[in-house]
Amino acid sequence: MSYYFKTEKMSVGYRKKPLVEQIEFELEKGQILTLIGPNGAGKSTILKSIARQLELTGGTVWVDGKGLGQLSGEELSQRMAVVLTQRLHTELMTCEDVAATGRYPYTGRFGRLSQRDRRIVEEAMELVDITEIRDRDFTRISDGQRQRVMLARAICQEPEILVLDEPTSYLDVRYKLEFLSVLQRLQRQKGLTVIMSLHELELAARVSDKLLCVNGRYADRFGTPEQVFEPGYLSRLFRVETGSFEEESQSMELEAPRGEPETFVISGAGTGRMTYRRLQRQGVPFIAGILFENDLDYPAARALAVRVIHETAFEPVSAGTRERAREALLACRRVICCRESFGSLDRENGELLELARACGKEIEWVR
Amino acid sequence: MRRNRKKRYIASFFLLAAGVILLGILNICIGSVRIPLRDMAALMRGLPVENGRILWDIRMPRMLAAMLLGGALALSGYLLQTFFRNPIAGPFVLGISSGARMAVALVMIFLLGRSVQVGSVTMIAAAFAGSLISMGFVLVMAQRVSSMSLLVVCGVMIGDICSAVTEVCVTFAEDADIVNLHNWSRGSFSGTTWENVAAMAAVVVPAAVAVFWMAKPLGAYQLGEVYARNMGLSIRRIRMLLVLFSSLLSACVAAFAGPVSFVGIAAPYLVKGLLGTASPLLMIPACFLGGGLFCMLCDLLARTLLSPTEFGISTVTAILGAPVVLWIMIRRSRDRTDG
Repeated sequence: MSYYFKTEKMSVGYRKKPLVEQIEFELEKGQILTLIGPNGAGKSTILKSIARQLELTGGTVWVDGKGLGQLSGEELSQRMAVVLTQRLHTELMTCEDVAATGRYPYTGRFGRLSQRDRRIVEEAMELVDITEIRDRDFTRISDGQRQRVMLARAICQEPEILVLDEPTSYLDVRYKLEFLSVLQRLQRQKGLTVIMSLHELELAARVSDKLLCVNGRYADRFGTPEQVFEPGYLSRLFRVETGSFEEESQSMELEAPRGEPETFVISGAGTGRMTYRRLQRQGVPFIAGILFENDLDYPAARALAVRVIHETAFEPVSAGTRERAREALLACRRVICCRESFGSLDRENGELLELARACGKEIEWVR
Repeated sequence: MRRNRKKRYIASFFLLAAGVILLGILNICIGSVRIPLRDMAALMRGLPVENGRILWDIRMPRMLAAMLLGGALALSGYLLQTFFRNPIAGPFVLGISSGARMAVALVMIFLLGRSVQVGSVTMIAAAFAGSLISMGFVLVMAQRVSSMSLLVVCGVMIGDICSAVTEVCVTFAEDADIVNLHNWSRGSFSGTTWENVAAMAAVVVPAAVAVFWMAKPLGAYQLGEVYARNMGLSIRRIRMLLVLFSSLLSACVAAFAGPVSFVGIAAPYLVKGLLGTASPLLMIPACFLGGGLFCMLCDLLARTLLSPTEFGISTVTAILGAPVVLWIMIRRSRDRTDG
């Protein structure tokens, strides 16, 4: 198997001082690679080195069988486009002008745009949905719009490889999704290879063919999201000490309230998560039960409750579990019920509610 | 939109060209001796005219010098502004003009002292060396200080030191030609000969054409180094060319007219406002025309306001140019507080 993009013992850094060493990965043409890792781990440094903004402090990068260092400036510019975090300095330039600067490597002596160039700019603007703001001044648009103009500019460069440094950081949810969809479309339609860094792990897991985990000294792991997102790994990579990060749902929770719980939450089937988080905000320690281990509420409960009374998935609630839940409930002062009705397999939760009523516990309903 | 812009560009260039022609005619006709237009027309046809000598040997070369050197100054300023990404960078405020002037003064005094005639080529060479030396100082400073306003302060200091050295030399030099030297060191287009015009044209015109030839990479450089590099540009090379050409152009001015202040900042700024674009492809020729226009106007005022007494050219350019610079600084600080 010959790879399209490959690094060999690459090390990167500033002023000949290596910051991240032993970076090895290979990509096939048309794959999306995402760099993840904590702040200051060297993701940007790696991207800058790949884009030849920085000299490598060691090793080699191969692009389509050629050494990155051997490519001429023009060759490189026709193969690789960048969207980095550095601001583009413009003066009196419209968004269309900015997008058109991507044609630079293809225009003649004085940079005049041909009909073909104009058509490509037009298509790129349509692709990222900025046709409406084409005549607006580039300095007078929102960060989100600016990022899309920068992407249009990169597309105009007709690259084979796109290098992006945290391209979605300033975008709202809608544009995050749109931005990544455009990348995916480019990847599928034009076989574009994408190398980028993302802070949003949940998005990284969804869009990337390969992930490279960088921890500040070396590239710790390289593989598919399935290989990388193994339970507990990301918390280690990011050295999460406060709160928690859940690999499977890729959701994070703030630090759980501690103390003697006086509140019992009856939930399940995803009804309880919002309540757990409200209790977390209020600093109220609580017990969650009875939850099956495949319940939507289970990861959040694990992260936030002082104690979770749980049952193996697809099994009826056992007598032991039932007893433990009753004991825990009786020790609490207040019960929060998030459910309206109970199914035949979690009848026991209904019984818990009855018990709370019978003992005169304070009952709060959340619907 | 695109068509509208094109119209604006055409109108702007038409305006600039018309201004240059009009001021060219005025500069020739107006002065302590008034020369009617028909005399000029006659002279053009080769007929003998009263005051023909004044017209041909004094005013024509002076007018051409104002145009060429004004253009050179504006272009030099534009290149420096591009280099430092700062609209108030210019050969005068960064001390480059003063460095050139000092070198010229030293060479002149040295050679005049040995009663050697100083030719145009020597003057330009000396000025170029001087401006490169001050530019070197400015570049060293630029590496140390990141703030643009601090850099300008450094430039002003360098300029002041050079001016002081020049003053000292002029004061202590004992020569009959010192009056001439003094006049020149104040900044003036007077006394320009055809030989001077030929020499300055031989430097300024090719330099301006070369700069125009660099319009495309300059446009990429303006976007910032990261993106320029991504477009395949050699940053080191373009920076070197910027330094060389801006120094050469301002050196040429310093050699023939002495220090001329503020044109390098005011002309590009005004021209940019007129064109409504910062694209080098348009800005370079427009700056040249605009700078020429600005200097011709200033020279006309310098000669005629208190005729027969003449102002130094810098007196007039400062009065007209400094408010523009102040305006730029106020606008910039306002933009910054806006967001």
